[in-house]
Amino acid sequence: MTIRKWGPWVLVAALLLVCILPVPEFWITQLNYIGISSLTVLGLILLTGVGGLTSFGQAAFVGIGAYTSAYLTVNAGLSPWVTLLVGLGLTAACAVVLGWITLRMSGHYLPLATLAWGLSLYYTMGNLEALGKYDGILGVTGLSLFGWELGQGRVYLLLTWSLVLLGTLALIHLLDSRVGRAIRSLKTGSQMAESMGIDTLRFKIGIFLIAALFASVSGWLFAHFQRSVNPSPFGVHVGIEYLFMAVLGGAGHVWGAITGVAITKLMADQLQVLLPMLIGTSGSYETIVFGVLLVLTLKYAPDGIWAFVDRKLPKAPRKVDWQDAAPLPHRAKPAAGEIVLQASNIRKEFGGLVAVNDINFSVASGQIVGLIGPNGAGKSTTFNLITGVLSLTRGSVTFRGETISSLPSREIAKRGISRTFQHVKMIADMTVLENVALGAHLRGSKGAPSAMLRLDRTEEQRLLREAEQQLRRVGMGSHLHELAGNLAMGQQRLLEIARALCNDPALLLLDEPAAGLRYLEKQALIDVLRQLKAEGMSILLVEHDMDLVMQVTDRIVVMEFGTRLIEGTPEEIQASPAVRAAYLGTEH
Amino acid sequence: MDFSIASILLVDGLTNGAIYALLGLATVLVFAVTRVIFIPQGEFVTYGALTLAILQTGKVPGTIWLLMLLAGLAALAEAWQTWKRYRLAGTALLAGLKVLVAPVVVSLVTLWAAPQQFSLLVQALLSVCIVTCFGPLVYRLAYQSLADASSLVLLIVSVGVHFALTGLGLLFFGAEGFRNPPFWDARFSLGAVNLSGQAVIIALASMALIVMLWLFFERTLYGKALRATAVNRLGARLMGISSQTAGQLTLAMAALIGALSGLLIGPTTTVFYDSGFLIGLKGFVAAVIGGLASYPGAAIGALAVGIIEAFGSFWASAFKEVIVFTLILPVLLWRSLKGGHSDEEH
Repeated sequence: MTIRKWGPWVLVAALLLVCILPVPEFWITQLNYIGISSLTVLGLILLTGVGGLTSFGQAAFVGIGAYTSAYLTVNAGLSPWVTLLVGLGLTAACAVVLGWITLRMSGHYLPLATLAWGLSLYYTMGNLEALGKYDGILGVTGLSLFGWELGQGRVYLLLTWSLVLLGTLALIHLLDSRVGRAIRSLKTGSQMAESMGIDTLRFKIGIFLIAALFASVSGWLFAHFQRSVNPSPFGVHVGIEYLFMAVLGGAGHVWGAITGVAITKLMADQLQVLLPMLIGTSGSYETIVFGVLLVLTLKYAPDGIWAFVDRKLPKAPRKVDWQDAAPLPHRAKPAAGEIVLQASNIRKEFGGLVAVNDINFSVASGQIVGLIGPNGAGKSTTFNLITGVLSLTRGSVTFRGETISSLPSREIAKRGISRTFQHVKMIADMTVLENVALGAHLRGSKGAPSAMLRLDRTEEQRLLREAEQQLRRVGMGSHLHELAGNLAMGQQRLLEIARALCNDPALLLLDEPAAGLRYLEKQALIDVLRQLKAEGMSILLVEHDMDLVMQVTDRIVVMEFGTRLIEGTPEEIQASPAVRAAYLGTEH
Repeated sequence: MDFSIASILLVDGLTNGAIYALLGLATVLVFAVTRVIFIPQGEFVTYGALTLAILQTGKVPGTIWLLMLLAGLAALAEAWQTWKRYRLAGTALLAGLKVLVAPVVVSLVTLWAAPQQFSLLVQALLSVCIVTCFGPLVYRLAYQSLADASSLVLLIVSVGVHFALTGLGLLFFGAEGFRNPPFWDARFSLGAVNLSGQAVIIALASMALIVMLWLFFERTLYGKALRATAVNRLGARLMGISSQTAGQLTLAMAALIGALSGLLIGPTTTVFYDSGFLIGLKGFVAAVIGGLASYPGAAIGALAVGIIEAFGSFWASAFKEVIVFTLILPVLLWRSLKGGHSDEEH
């Protein structure tokens, strides 16, 4: 058993010990507060460290949870267990609306919107008569379970920390799942994720929602622990402090949450005594230290404190438990010779520039078609028109008889077209296997709740089995558990092909797969392409490397200045004086 | 509400709006050139107003101790970096001293001038000089080595800087609030509309500053260099425009604008060490209305924010902040429906 397995049990044991031993009340209270804040920061870890989004408004969500429960228990006499659910519902509604509005735009609008919304909510809480204005709501009841009072001490501590540990466990499970891989892909930009069929907006709103719900539970715990609420712990500056805790602890690590909160709280205690003594007057001078520390952390330890611990802990390779998983169902493949892709008069204008000028070509089942041309011929634009990255000015693209022009790239992926990228797009800190499993996203369906509760294991095993098979198919079977970032260029290209194959495509689009490859890597790629063709795969290949194109393709389309110059077999293209002129210029 | 109240509110709103416009412009400027969402803009406002307030009392403002502290740190950082690069003690020393020149000169002048009780205008000028010196130092210390980080990291750095500067404001100015004397205490009445001299000055100064900014960006080489950096950082660097100089210059301008806004707003409201945050954020709302990219958009947005705030405080004074900051949501909704551009990083 590794330290990663028994480490959390040490934490559990330590907490139980604290409850039994005569620890001073001060520390019990402090540990309660650390646990309560950790829940909020856990949500931020998911949002900021993993998802690459951020929010300054988490304190406002804590406030919604706290105020809802305080108001309803005091004024309506409801049970705190009911008000917890009401609070979660209210929080969810706010988070979804806020997320839906802001997350469609570029990433920095969410923090700005949460900043503004945090301020609004703070002033609303502070000015509403019903919520007791700045005095807040007093006399909130404590929690009780089957008539048994949980008090404000050790028993409450058990509840708080059970929730923290369950939350941590749920996040660890979430990140190691189909949904988790999709969430981890958000940081690399939306293009790759969308082409794997991932609805990035939905997942962004999703993690914002999860983070808000964690904060809401934390607020509920806070209200019934403190037995009163007032606006000040829910202001924007507290929201920024939560972010500080996440960054300090290590925003990319789930355990960074507890680490960051514990260190910050203990440090704040010391500073609040020390600084006024040093300076001579009282005041919240610890913000200076926090501010400076935040900048220094980002400069010198951007992965936070937990990263240092994480580096020391041995990493056990993933346990291979998917050998006996049932294979995933396959889609019906086109019959040999059937036209898979048909581009008819496709045209793209950028302002006055005609990048692609009424191009026609088709790809038949089991064929490899090469799309070549000098730089600036419009190959990449054509590629982007087919994959839905750019919209057509005119013309149409049909795939297996269905018009796919004007569809977004994730819909095109759903219909069975997979692609690779000219500049490799992968998640460097995930293993090769996990990266490839991302390609099978559309072949699974389990969502975040089942991932958190580990109800997704059967499906997960099937996805991983598929990923391993595709990696073996392209000859990468010995690299399953390596980090993708450590691969050589040729292996990265093969990883992208395996990932594309995971979608069980009927057509594979390869964007300059040989770019940057060494000779032997190129030979390996040629072997893979020939093997795929032998297995009946249809491939459209955009490539500069003539050697490779001539060796593997059945037919070649040559483009020049956005128009189709000629189409034919490799021999015909090699013999064509027009092609030679396009590449080398004409004699005068 | 009758016309006279409406006109008072309108004038009030436009006056504050003019200041938000300046801050909104600074926000757009900093974001365009450095990709930093500059939350601490409001701290420059506070520093400007409070420095003048302390000078008014004939004392040496605490800002200059802070200025010398930051200048010392920045000089050390600069000297160390130069030493690591060239391994020449003389060059390193010179690089460090260069950073010190402006802050030290300004500080010495202030030390001499503070007890002399010069006229308000001289003290105002001095305050602007002091605060402007902060801009490049803040960039040097907080942002420069992270210039290539993601805009998310830069944003988090910004809140760190905001925390530090607010706390330092408390340390150097104390918790007491100040209200500055107006630059011009004349009153005018145009029919039913009453105008204070301060309102006229705010309007004129804002307009003058906007025209000067326009001239700077259109007519000067440095202005064009900043615009080039805003369009394409790498391209500008290849043309010999140092992105470090561009960043420092931009923050100097942001600090200048902030300090001026502080002087303008100082006579209309009591300024505490932490007042700048809210004022700066209203400039932010304005900048967001302009999509963080359009200068005229930010200016128009700022006037709208000012007017809405003025009328909001008349109808529901307790909720005026709520109204102003909730305003950002419909604006973002409109922007996002109008065509949310996704963020593909390149």
